[in-house]
Amino acid sequence: MEDIRSLIARRKFFDGVFAVVGLLSLLVGLITLLALILDLAVDGVPRLSWQFFTSFPSRFAEQAGILSAWVGTTLVMIVTAATAVPLGVAAGVYLEEYAAKNWMTALIEINIANLAAVPSIVYGLMALGLFVYQFNLGQSILTAGLTLALLILPMVIIATREAIRSIPGAIREASFALGATKWQTVRDHVLPYSTGGILTGVIIALSRAIGETAPLITIGALTFIAFLPHAPVTTEAPYVSFQWLMDPFTVMPIQMFNWVSRPQEAFHLNAAAAGLVLLVMTLIMNGLAIYIRFRFRKRIKW
Amino acid sequence: MSAVPSELSQRFRLRQVRERAVEVLLFLAAFSSVAITLGIVGVLVYESLAFFGHVSLWDFLTDTQWTPLFDDAHYGILPLMAGTLVTTAMALVVAIPIGTITAIYLSEYASHRMREIIKPVLELLSAVPTVVYGYFALLFITPLLQKLFPDLPGFNMLSAGLVIGIMIIPYVSSLSEDAIRAVPMHLREGSYAMGATRLQTALRVVIPSAISGIAAAYILGISRAIGETMVVAIAAGMQPNLTWNPKEPAETITAYIVQVSLGDLPHGTLAYQTIFAAGLTLLVMTLVFNIAGYYLRQRFRQAY
Repeated sequence: MEDIRSLIARRKFFDGVFAVVGLLSLLVGLITLLALILDLAVDGVPRLSWQFFTSFPSRFAEQAGILSAWVGTTLVMIVTAATAVPLGVAAGVYLEEYAAKNWMTALIEINIANLAAVPSIVYGLMALGLFVYQFNLGQSILTAGLTLALLILPMVIIATREAIRSIPGAIREASFALGATKWQTVRDHVLPYSTGGILTGVIIALSRAIGETAPLITIGALTFIAFLPHAPVTTEAPYVSFQWLMDPFTVMPIQMFNWVSRPQEAFHLNAAAAGLVLLVMTLIMNGLAIYIRFRFRKRIKW
Repeated sequence: MSAVPSELSQRFRLRQVRERAVEVLLFLAAFSSVAITLGIVGVLVYESLAFFGHVSLWDFLTDTQWTPLFDDAHYGILPLMAGTLVTTAMALVVAIPIGTITAIYLSEYASHRMREIIKPVLELLSAVPTVVYGYFALLFITPLLQKLFPDLPGFNMLSAGLVIGIMIIPYVSSLSEDAIRAVPMHLREGSYAMGATRLQTALRVVIPSAISGIAAAYILGISRAIGETMVVAIAAGMQPNLTWNPKEPAETITAYIVQVSLGDLPHGTLAYQTIFAAGLTLLVMTLVFNIAGYYLRQRFRQAY
């Protein structure tokens, strides 16, 4: 009897010990996240000012700013979204609604799963060989946008498929019963209902793309840009210009990398400030994604 | 009377044409992912073939020096590979225990509410841009480690590896937790009915049943750690160094590609082709781990 009691006590003790170890290992991640944000904030907040957002990089740390970087990031993201969203959603719709069960579909599916595991810098190498030198797009905003679009394409496809899969089959059957074709069903019923899920996935994918540095350095993005690309809107007819697509650029994470790799302390403070802006951008995008998922989940009831 | 049916049938034909066109367009979008893979493999192999026309594969794999930009050029991938393996190993030392314990804790111990709050916050760890982690490793973790090891150089693989490890915790913990939660409840109930504690149930019943999913989570973590670029480029230094000591500075395959890309290498030179040979090596390494993971999953798959 005593033996069994002590055995039970020992087992319970180990159970309690693991509960503590589990909590501690949870805290490692959370504390690191907190330390990272605080570290950036302590170093970076004093540098944040109107001047920081409206100045070009400079040899003098105190005068340097992120104007060309945030403009570049915005323009590259526009190209990325404009490419990855239509392509990814179309691919997701095809795989869920149209694809027959054959070797071609299996090939595409295995391929998407494998692409998600390819290191991002390898996409940069492909873009360097293909876009920059084969297609002669140069080290431009267009090349950068396309590279990041290909990088996030698997994420957009997977998110689209999951969103579409959660729509009950009865919705489609009702539409077919009224004589709608497949495309009409997809366009008028399947896509509108899955918008929330797709949007969530797209925003999270873009929040990954916004922080990507390695593939853009690989295609040869410059680290020092002290001018803005051509304006997309002009005063003469036809009022819109796509000249900016072919302009050289820099983006926020590259600007930050450039400042981190300098030996002077003053530039490290600039890097912290740029990192803080970048971090806040990603956190806002992630928060927005969680909010949209929550809103749509509440609104639609089958 | 006859005008209506023919108009209808014409509309019907038009509709069929449109349906067919849409399907072809959607298929092309789905097929573009295959085209991307072909593009990646094509570019890497094409440029690497040019590289291996000048450097023998044997030298590439056995030479212990990597000095492609010097006059006395050596093209041995080993130093870069060692750098990649050491940082990856350091990352796994952090991520595998912490990620696995976190997954067990969240699925077997934590309340539903706690899980719903902690999981998205933990996933933010993988949303932070990697260049920010690089800053953190170089200017926060390294000075911290230097208090512990006074002789630690400013650039070292230790701090880069540890930070990558923290970064990939969510990849390990989220996927492992999904696998653990997929284990049917009646297995746990059987174990509890025999008088086992939560820890005994987790270690002897739940983990063995979920092992194939957990292995898949580890493989994804390894792929991320191998391919991670900015943290090592910033914090581990950029000199090739054939060493297994994580306290030393060294260059990884990815950091080398960044280093070369930052300079202005003319297209078509041998030095330009080295980054593609390095990239191909990187791709093969991740591929090997993914294939190994696939076999592990097949081998230990449990069906309920």
